[in-house]
Amino acid sequence: MSLKKVSKEQPDKFEFNSDNLKLANKIISNYPQGKQQSAVMALLYLAQKQNNNWIPLAAMKYIAKMLNMPYIKVYEVSTFYSMYNLSPVGKYFVQVCTTTPCMIRGAYKLVDACKEKISNEQNILAHDGKCSWTEVECLGACINAPMMQINDDYYEDLDKNKASKIFDQILNGENPKPGSYRGRKNSEPEHNRTTLLGSKNA
Amino acid sequence: MLKDDDRIFKNLYNDINSDLEGALKIGDWSKTKEIISKGRDWIINEIKLSELRGRGGAGFPTGLKWSFAPKEVGSRPHYLVINADESEPGTCKDRDILRFEPHKLIEGCFLASYAVNANKCYIYIRGEYYNEGIRLQKAIDEAYEKKLIGKNASDTGWDFDIFIHFGAGAYICGEETALLESIEGKKGQPRLKPPFPALVGLYGCPTIINNVETIAVVPTILRKGGKWFSSLGKPKNTGTKIFCISGNVNNPCNVEEEMGIPLKTLIEKHAGGVIGGWDNLQAVIPGGSSMPMLPKEICETITMDFDSLVNHKSGLGTAGVVVINKDQDIIKCMARIARFYKHESCGQCTPCREGSGWMWRMLERMAQGEATRDEVDMLMDVTKQIEGHTICAFGEGSSWPVQGLLRHFKDEILKRNKFDPVIKKERNIPYLVDQHLLEK
Repeated sequence: MSLKKVSKEQPDKFEFNSDNLKLANKIISNYPQGKQQSAVMALLYLAQKQNNNWIPLAAMKYIAKMLNMPYIKVYEVSTFYSMYNLSPVGKYFVQVCTTTPCMIRGAYKLVDACKEKISNEQNILAHDGKCSWTEVECLGACINAPMMQINDDYYEDLDKNKASKIFDQILNGENPKPGSYRGRKNSEPEHNRTTLLGSKNA
Repeated sequence: MLKDDDRIFKNLYNDINSDLEGALKIGDWSKTKEIISKGRDWIINEIKLSELRGRGGAGFPTGLKWSFAPKEVGSRPHYLVINADESEPGTCKDRDILRFEPHKLIEGCFLASYAVNANKCYIYIRGEYYNEGIRLQKAIDEAYEKKLIGKNASDTGWDFDIFIHFGAGAYICGEETALLESIEGKKGQPRLKPPFPALVGLYGCPTIINNVETIAVVPTILRKGGKWFSSLGKPKNTGTKIFCISGNVNNPCNVEEEMGIPLKTLIEKHAGGVIGGWDNLQAVIPGGSSMPMLPKEICETITMDFDSLVNHKSGLGTAGVVVINKDQDIIKCMARIARFYKHESCGQCTPCREGSGWMWRMLERMAQGEATRDEVDMLMDVTKQIEGHTICAFGEGSSWPVQGLLRHFKDEILKRNKFDPVIKKERNIPYLVDQHLLEK
C-alpha cells in the first residue's frame, strides 16, 4: 500500500469549464443509466487536467455532487489510485520506472540524473514549479528499459546522459521527442531482426 | 521457428500503418460477417477446438470460459470486458497490440461479444498507456465510421458498442474482479469468488473478462480454423504467443513465437543472447515478476509453455521473460520486486498487506547482509503464510518470486548473511526493529 499526501493549501472552489462539462456528460453517457458512478475515474482525470495536473478536495466534492455519490467514495477512489496527484506537481512531471527489469538495465542512473538536474528529493517542485520527479513502479515498457514518463509521453532506451539532455530541453521549454532514444523501431530487436522480415522490406 | 505466414500479429513492429487501411491489408475485418452467420455455437466450438488458453497469466481455456455465459439473455444484459491493465513487471505485449494492432482487438471484441451475447464491451486500459488508449480510440472511431461496429455492426444485425475505461495506476486492477470494481467506480479491491463474473460480474450482470492478447487472436483463429491453431505449439499448450524478452540481453524485444519454444532458443536467437554470453546467465524469470525464477541449469533445457514450466515449479504467466545475468545482485533484484508488491497490495487482506512489507524489509536486509541466519527460514514461513490466505491471487503472486529465490539461491543468501543471533557479542540489534532504517 502506498501513502498519499493531500495538499495543505486548497482552493475554495472548483468547477468544470464548459468544454470539460460537455466531455464529462459524454463520458457519463458511456455507462448504463443509474451507473453514473463508473465515470468517477474519468472525471477525476478531467479535473486533474483542468487544475494544473493535481486534484483539489473541492474538485472531489464537485464530482461527488455531479455523480450523486458520497464525497467519501470519491475521496477513497482518488487516494487509492496512484495516478491521481493530490498535491501540486511540476508542469513537467517526470516519472522514472525503477522496477526490476528497468533496474537491471540501469534505471537508478536515471534517478541520479533527476537528482542532479531537478531536485535532490522526489516529489518536490523544482525550477519554479516547472518540474518535479518521482520513482514509480513498472510502467509496462520493459523491453525499452530503462525508461521514464514525462506527462503522457514515454521516453525509452535511455541512459544517464540522454536523460540529462531531455531534462535540459524541458527546462528550456522545448518538447523533446518521445519514443526510443537508441533509434530503434518500437519493440523490434535492435540489430538483427529475426521475424516479419517480409513486411520490413515491403 | 514459426513461419511468418503463421504469425498472427503481422504488424507487431508497426511496419504497416496501424489504421484501418493497413489493417485491411493484413487481413483484418475480412469474412467477419460470414463468421457471425455461422452462429454462436460454432464460434465457441471453434475456440474450444483451437485449445486457446487465456494469455493474461492464468491460462484458463477461453472456449470453456465463454461457454459459462448464460445461453439466453435474461433480465440482465451481458457484458464483455477486456483486460488491458497490463502492469506485470517484464510484460509489455498488450501495449504493442493496442498501439499497432488495434483492429485485431476491436474485431475480436466484436466476435467474442457476439459469442457471449453481449452488446457492450468495456476495454480497461491502464492509465499510463494514455497515448495507446488514444490510438485505440481513433481505431474505434474509424470502425464506427465504416459501420464495422455500432448499430447493425458489419451488417450482421447485431448491435455492438465499445467503450474505453482508463485505469489510474493500480496493478491490482489487472485482477478480474478488482477490474470490475474499478469500472463500477470504486476502489480496485478484489471480490470473493464464487459467484464468478460469468454469472455475477459487472453491475451484477453476466460478464466475460479476457486479456487483450486472447481476444486479439480470436479473429485469426476463426478465419483460419481452430485446427490450424491447435496444430501449432504443443498438445494442451497450443498456438502462438508474444514473448517479451527484457533484462540483460543484447536485443530486448517482443516476438511472436510458437508455444513450447525452448527458452534458450528464444534468448539466443531472438534477443541476441545474454549480455556477456550464455555462461554469464544467472537466472531467468519466465513469466512476469509473479512467477518464480529459474536458475541457469533449468534454463538450458526448459520449453516455454504452461505445463512444462509448472513442472519446474514456475509458470508461463504473461510470458514476460526477464533475463538476469551474473553482473546483477540477485537478492537485490528480488527485494525490488518485493517492494513492487508491497506498493501494489490493495490492503484488503491482512496477510498480503502486512506480509508483502515484511518480505520486502527482510529481503532488503538480506541484500545488505544484515539478516540473521534463522531469518532465511522465517522468510520462507512468511511466504507460506501469505500464499493461499488471500482473496485474490496477488498473495501467490507476491510470495512465489520470493519462494523461487529461496529455492534456488538459498546458499547465496546464507553466504552473505552469516550473522547468528546466538552469538550475541557481534552486534547489538534490538528485536523487531526495521534494521535497514537504522543509521549505520
